Order: sequence, then C-alpha cells, then structure tokens
Amino acid sequence: MIKRVFNISLFSLFCFIFSPPALYSGVIYVGGESNIISIRQALETASDGDIIIIKEGIYKEYNLIVSKKLQIIGENYPVIDGDGKDEIFTVRADGCVFKNLVIKNTGISFLKDIAGIKVENCKNVLIENNIFDNTFFAVYLSGTDSCKIISNNVIGSATSESFSGNGIHLWKCRNILIENNQVSGQRDGIYIEFSTYCKINKNFSYKNLRYGLHFMFSEGNSYVKNTFRQNGAGVAVMYTKNIEMINNSFEDNWGPNSYGLLLKDIDKSYISGNSFRRNTTGIYMEGSNGTTINGNSFFSNGWAIKILGNCYEDSVKNNNFLNNTFDVSTNSSQNSNLFDSNYWDKYYGYDLDKDSFGDVPYRPVSLFSTVAENSPDAMLLLRSFLVDLLDVTEKVFPVFIPETLVDNKPQMKMIYYDKN
Amino acid sequence: MNGHSILKYVFFDIIRNKWLVIYTAVLFALCSGIIYLSRDETKSIASILNIVLIIVPLVSIIFGSMHFYNSKEFIQMLLTQPVKRSAIFKAEYTGIAISLSFGFIIGAVTPLLFTGISKAIFLLLFAGIFLSLIFSAIAFYFSISIDEKVKGIGILLFLWLFFSVLFDGIILLFYLMFSDYPLEKFTIFFTLLNPVDISRIMIILNLDLSALLGYTGATFLKFFGSASGLIITIVSLCLWVIIPVFLANKKFKRKNF
Amino acid sequence: MIKISRLNKTYNKLKALDNVDLFFEKGEIVALLGPNGSGKTTLLKSILGLVLPESGDIFVNGKNIKRDFRYREMIGYMPQTASYPENLKVEEVLKIIKDIRNKKEYEDELMKELKIEEMYCKKINALSQGMKQRLSAALTFLFDSDIIILDEPTAGLDPASADYLKMKILKEKTKGKLIIVTTHIISEVEELADRFIFMHEGRVKIEDGIDKLKVQNNGFRKSISNLFKEYEWS
Repeated sequence: MIKRVFNISLFSLFCFIFSPPALYSGVIYVGGESNIISIRQALETASDGDIIIIKEGIYKEYNLIVSKKLQIIGENYPVIDGDGKDEIFTVRADGCVFKNLVIKNTGISFLKDIAGIKVENCKNVLIENNIFDNTFFAVYLSGTDSCKIISNNVIGSATSESFSGNGIHLWKCRNILIENNQVSGQRDGIYIEFSTYCKINKNFSYKNLRYGLHFMFSEGNSYVKNTFRQNGAGVAVMYTKNIEMINNSFEDNWGPNSYGLLLKDIDKSYISGNSFRRNTTGIYMEGSNGTTINGNSFFSNGWAIKILGNCYEDSVKNNNFLNNTFDVSTNSSQNSNLFDSNYWDKYYGYDLDKDSFGDVPYRPVSLFSTVAENSPDAMLLLRSFLVDLLDVTEKVFPVFIPETLVDNKPQMKMIYYDKN
Repeated sequence: MNGHSILKYVFFDIIRNKWLVIYTAVLFALCSGIIYLSRDETKSIASILNIVLIIVPLVSIIFGSMHFYNSKEFIQMLLTQPVKRSAIFKAEYTGIAISLSFGFIIGAVTPLLFTGISKAIFLLLFAGIFLSLIFSAIAFYFSISIDEKVKGIGILLFLWLFFSVLFDGIILLFYLMFSDYPLEKFTIFFTLLNPVDISRIMIILNLDLSALLGYTGATFLKFFGSASGLIITIVSLCLWVIIPVFLANKKFKRKNF
Repeated sequence: MIKISRLNKTYNKLKALDNVDLFFEKGEIVALLGPNGSGKTTLLKSILGLVLPESGDIFVNGKNIKRDFRYREMIGYMPQTASYPENLKVEEVLKIIKDIRNKKEYEDELMKELKIEEMYCKKINALSQGMKQRLSAALTFLFDSDIIILDEPTAGLDPASADYLKMKILKEKTKGKLIIVTTHIISEVEELADRFIFMHEGRVKIEDGIDKLKVQNNGFRKSISNLFKEYEWS
C-alpha cells in the first residue's frame, strides 16, 4: 500500500517536471451543474491551453470566436444551435480541437460563407467526431495548414444549388487530412480550391446536389478509398494537375447531366483501382492530358468513358468494361490517346495464339454514340433496330469512327485485381 | 349468337396452329435465355424490348395475313351462311388478335415475371399487346385489299421494315440535317406516327435509360410522363388499332369474294 | 322464287355481268352453262351475296337481298372447291355451321351415304380432296334449304357419291325446291335439268327448256357443243 502511494507520487513528480504546459491547464465545464451555462462565457474565462467540456444539453449560441488555443469537447453530444442566425464557431488560434459536438442551424447568407466551424489562417486544428446538422457550410478552412478533419457526419438539407454551401470547404490550405467523414445534402460534399498536399481518404459523400468531391486549381492532392454515391456528379477535378485517384467507388451518379468523375483541364493525373457503377457517364474527360486510367472497373454505366477531342496522350489500360450501354464515345474523328489491354464485354474476337489477348483489335466507339455526340437529340433512337444495324455495319466497315481509337490487345477474360 | 360461335372456332383453329406454338416457344426461349444470361433487370428488359419491337410486329403481320389468305375459302363459305359480314370479320380479327396477344404474354412476359414485377414489365406487356393488335389489323387490311398472296405479304413486309427501320432512319437523317434546330416537339409528334417508336420510347423512359437521353430525354420524359402525355400516348396507340380495324372492316364489307 | 333484274358487275373494266335479267321458279332444276369467264360464277356469287353488284337488284322470295343476310338461311351452297380451317375436326366444322344455322338435326341418310360419320374425328388437314367435297355436299343439303346452288358438284367426287348426289338433287326437286347447277358435263344437264341458261361475256344468250333442245335434229349433246363452239370463237 505504502509502496503504491509512493509510486503514484513519483509518477506525478515525473509528470510535473517533464510534461508540456497543457497538462496542468484548467478544465472548464459548461452546462450541467456548472456555474458556467454558456459557451461564450467559457470562451471568455478560458485561457490558452484550457479544455472546455460541454455537458449534454441545448445551447442556443452563435458567433463564438475562438482566439485561444482550446480543446472544446462535448459530453454526450451537446447541441449548439445557431437558430439560423449566423456562424457558430470561428477559429483563429493554432492547435484547437473540436470533438463530439452537434452543431446545428447556422444562418444562410449570400454575402458571407457562414460555417458550422470556420478555421481562419491558423494550423494544427483537429475537428473530430462531430455532427453538423443543417449548416450552410459545415467545416470551412481558409488559409490553414496541417489540419485534420476526421469522422464527422455532415447532414445538410440543401434543396437548390444557389441556396446551399459545401460540406467540407478548403480555400488556400496545405497539408490537410480529411478522413472517414460522411457528407450529404450539401452543394458539394467536399470542396477544395487553391489547396495542395491534401489527403482525402475513406470518406462517404452521397446525395449532394452538385459534386461529391470537387477540386479547383489544386495540385498534388490525393483521394483514396472514398465512396461517392448519388451525387449530381461524383467527383469533379478541374484546372489542376497531379491528382491521385485510387480505389474509390463512384456509384449511382445517375441523371441527365451526371458523371461519376468529371475531368476538365487536368494534367498528369493518375486514376487507378476505382470502380464506376451505374453512372450516366463513368468518366467524362475534357481537356485532359497525360492522365493514366489503369485498372479500373466500369460496370453498368450509360457511357463508361466520354473522351472529347481535346484530350491528348491519356492512356486507358487494363480496365474492365462490362454491361455499359456505350463503352467509349468521342466527338472527334481524331484520337491521340492510348487504349490497351482492357477487357471489353462486347468484344467477340478470338485468341488463337492463347496469349490471353484477342487477336483482332477492338473498337470501343460505336457509330451511334458518335452520331449522338454530334446531335444529342438522336439519342432518342436508343435501342432502335436501325441503330443496332448501323453499329454492326460500322464494326464491319469502319468509316466514321476514329481510326486510331482502338484497343489492339483486348483481354479475353475479365481482369481480377488484388485490392487492399 | 352467330359471331360468338364463329369466334370460338376461329380461336380453336388458331391455337392449334403449330406456328403460333412455335412463336410462343421461341419467344419464351429467347426471353428466358436473356434473363438467365444478363442477370441485370434493366439490361434484360432492354434486350427483350429489342426483340419485342422486331419480332412482335413481324410475326403479327405474317401470321395475320397468312391466316387470312389461308382461310379465305372458308370465309367465303361462312359468307354464304346467314351471318352478317361484319360478324365474320370481327370473329376472324378478334381470334387472331387474342391468340397473338396470348402467345406474346406467355412467351415474353411469363419469364420476366420471375424476375419480379415492375412498371417497365407492365409497360412491356402493354406495348407487346398493342403491337400485336395493331400489326394484325394492318395485316388484315392489306390481305383483304390485295388478293394476290405474294403481293400482299410483300407489301406488308415492306411496311414492317418501314416501321421498324426506315422510319427511324428518316428521323436520324432529320437530326443530322437539322441538328441546329430544336426538334423535340416535332419529334414527339413524329414518333406518334409510328407505333413501334411510341412503344420503344415509352419503355426506355421508364427504364432509367432515360438519363442517357440528356436534354431531349428530359423533354420527352416531361411529355410522356405527364398525365396529358400519357393520355395522348394511349389515345394514339388506340387510334393505331381502331383506324386499321375500322378500315379493314369497311374493306371486308365491300369485298367481292 | 329468285328474280334478278338489270344486274351489272365489272371487274377491272371487264364486264362480268351485263344487264342480266333472270327468273327462277321453285321446283325446277336450272343448269347454268357457258365458257370460262362468261359470268356464271359471278352470277351465283351475286345471289349468295359474295359479290356485290354495282347496279341491279336480286329478289329472293320477293325480298331485295341488298344489305340483308337472313335470306341465306334459305340457301344451301356447294362451292367448286371447299376449304375449311385446317386445324379443326370434321365434327367441329359441322358444329360451326349448325350453330350458325341454329339447327340441330342431321339427315342420317345423307351422312351415311356420303360416309361423313367415318371421318368425324379427323382433322381437316388430314382429309383428301374427295373427302372435303363429300363434306361440302353434305353441308349443302343438311339444312333442308329451299334453294340449292351447286358449282360443279360432281367434279371431285367418286362415282358412287356422284350418283348419290344426282339422285339427291332429283329427290329435292320433288320437294319443290329450286336447284341451280353449273357444270361442264353435258350428260348431267341432260339427266337433271329442266331448263338451261347459256351465258357469254356476262350476258344471258339463251334461256330455254331442255326438252326443246332434245327434240332438235342433231340431239341435245350436239346442240350444246355447237353452242359452245359458236361463242368460243366469236
């Protein structure tokens, strides 16, 4: 017994000497039996490095400015309800932490980007395990560095693009980790502009009005193992380069103007191991150069890939194309992209030399898709017998479809990937 | 009283016809095969749609006209009996139309029912029956009008080709020539002139494939999806049955046998 | 019994019937003669309502047959070649016609003599041409109609059935029926007919009693064949 007391006091002494200042910082309770009943009060009394613990309850507060380094942690998910008035937290100090909170009902404005938590010009902020309910923007990072946004759940209630903000919004940021979040019902699920070295992993972005994930002018980012489902379009990557897109799932982005992945003016990006299912268009490429599309699966899409004439030196290799209405379509009679070693379910060639590649090249563009690309109204003839006849004729005597858009080594069997 | 007993025997005669049995069996085999192979409901309905749009009109036309030409002498015999001409016509047409519809339902729809019941299957059923009624009526009209079997069937085959292929070719040419003009309204009107196209578009719009149709599809969906559009569709399909039946009956009443 | 007045019918500018006026009495057998295309069949078909004339009227028992179908209850008709739905049985064909005529009784003798009962269960497409003709003959007499119209009745029949048929025709005449027959077999005309009508190019050329011809010098047969020759080459 004596020995144990001694050990504990020795340990305390040890801590006292070597631990960082935060450890002996104060803990402030808000709500419950505490004297402090509002978060605003707690923020005023707190000093740098304090922990504010918010007890279960409903707090009708907004415009809470956090300008000290604080950890704000909820107990049993307290609700901070802005009552539709204005922004809830505005963070201007490095190293803040927000955990286990429910942040609800921000204001809506056309002049100002109102957010549930807005982080301005600071670094090392952690936003984890919060629920954002009916916020204009949920998390808004502006000019920040090395922040982490982890395991939050954003539930928006957007009904029109102009009346809604984005779920997680990055503006001029570096080195941000966005992981394991769920975002739905916003304009864009995750929006990234002028930001670099961000990692977006394992998020689930669904039923957003515009894009599940949206990059603008943002180089060198990567997104891995995310799922984008039933968005206006899954992911849009615009005016940027060096984006890695790996092992994501693009599903059910289905509608007259929907895409799984929209590439517009992007260079040297890498798309691999993704699965595109039931999208109107799997990948739409406009002005894309030097991009690699390797080892992806395209199942049951309207168009697996739409590649416009202004795409150069892209390569499409080792992908599976199955059950798509159209495999590839283009609006141009020229082609300078490479199609090689893909599996096409519509390929009916043979493999006499048994090298597992078909001996006859495969042309993935059908005449009808080319016609429809030039006069979209003609799509109305989809599934008409005439169209089938034309396509067969064109396959036998190619005249209209690009000469070089051809897979010279079509796989005989579907490719099985080893996914980890 | 007279008409019913004739109808009964016309019907007995046709259902014992081996070609009807073959038609039903082939449809059944094709549809079951497609369902088994494709596993995806939308995809299999779309493929079955292709078959329905081609085979149902073709078989209705050939079967209808062959039946008429082959039973011409018996019809003559019936005409010497105390029966109204229109009663005989009604019996013959109804017999063919019902038999073809049954053949279609058993051949194409029963395999689909095993995949579950959906709006698209219902529409497919609807379209198939209408196409059977329409094209057998057209077959009757031309086989009543034209006494030479070869000529009659030749014209009917051309009509089939026209409705299933050439008509769409004309639409396609229009699109290519006038791609700068907004043609949706015009096309909606134009497609109503072809029962095969009405059926095809009606089903495609209900098959999620509508998204592929982009802006045009949206316009069409708005038209065909609205109550008035639906009524116009049904009315135009009904007219496609009523007008040929009416004209054929008129021809029949005035024909010299 | 049947009165035809000013009947006209044209097929593709070809006059099939040209102002035909005729009268048929009950209890007589009339032979309708003439070369092919003379309008015999068109005339018969007009009476049956199969062909609709452009002008003129036909009265059966005093009633105009235009837009009527009930008068056909009084007519039994045997076409040159009969055809029935391929997939029906003989029994069923008999039943259709019986249903239409709304009569139930068979004439047993007729059925026996024409050997109809033995093909009852056969399908039409299993019958020979002769069998079909027998069936057709049976159907003609089955309903005891007042007017019997026969188009080349003995053409496809076996001799026994043909003999029976001729006997039947004469027997029906004694019941006071009107029988109109077309035939190429001159002996049949001689045997059966009371009167003959000779048609050519849609017109009635000669309408006369058989007996008159019989008493002419060169005999009946010669007279008839002379008639055919005369118009064939005219």
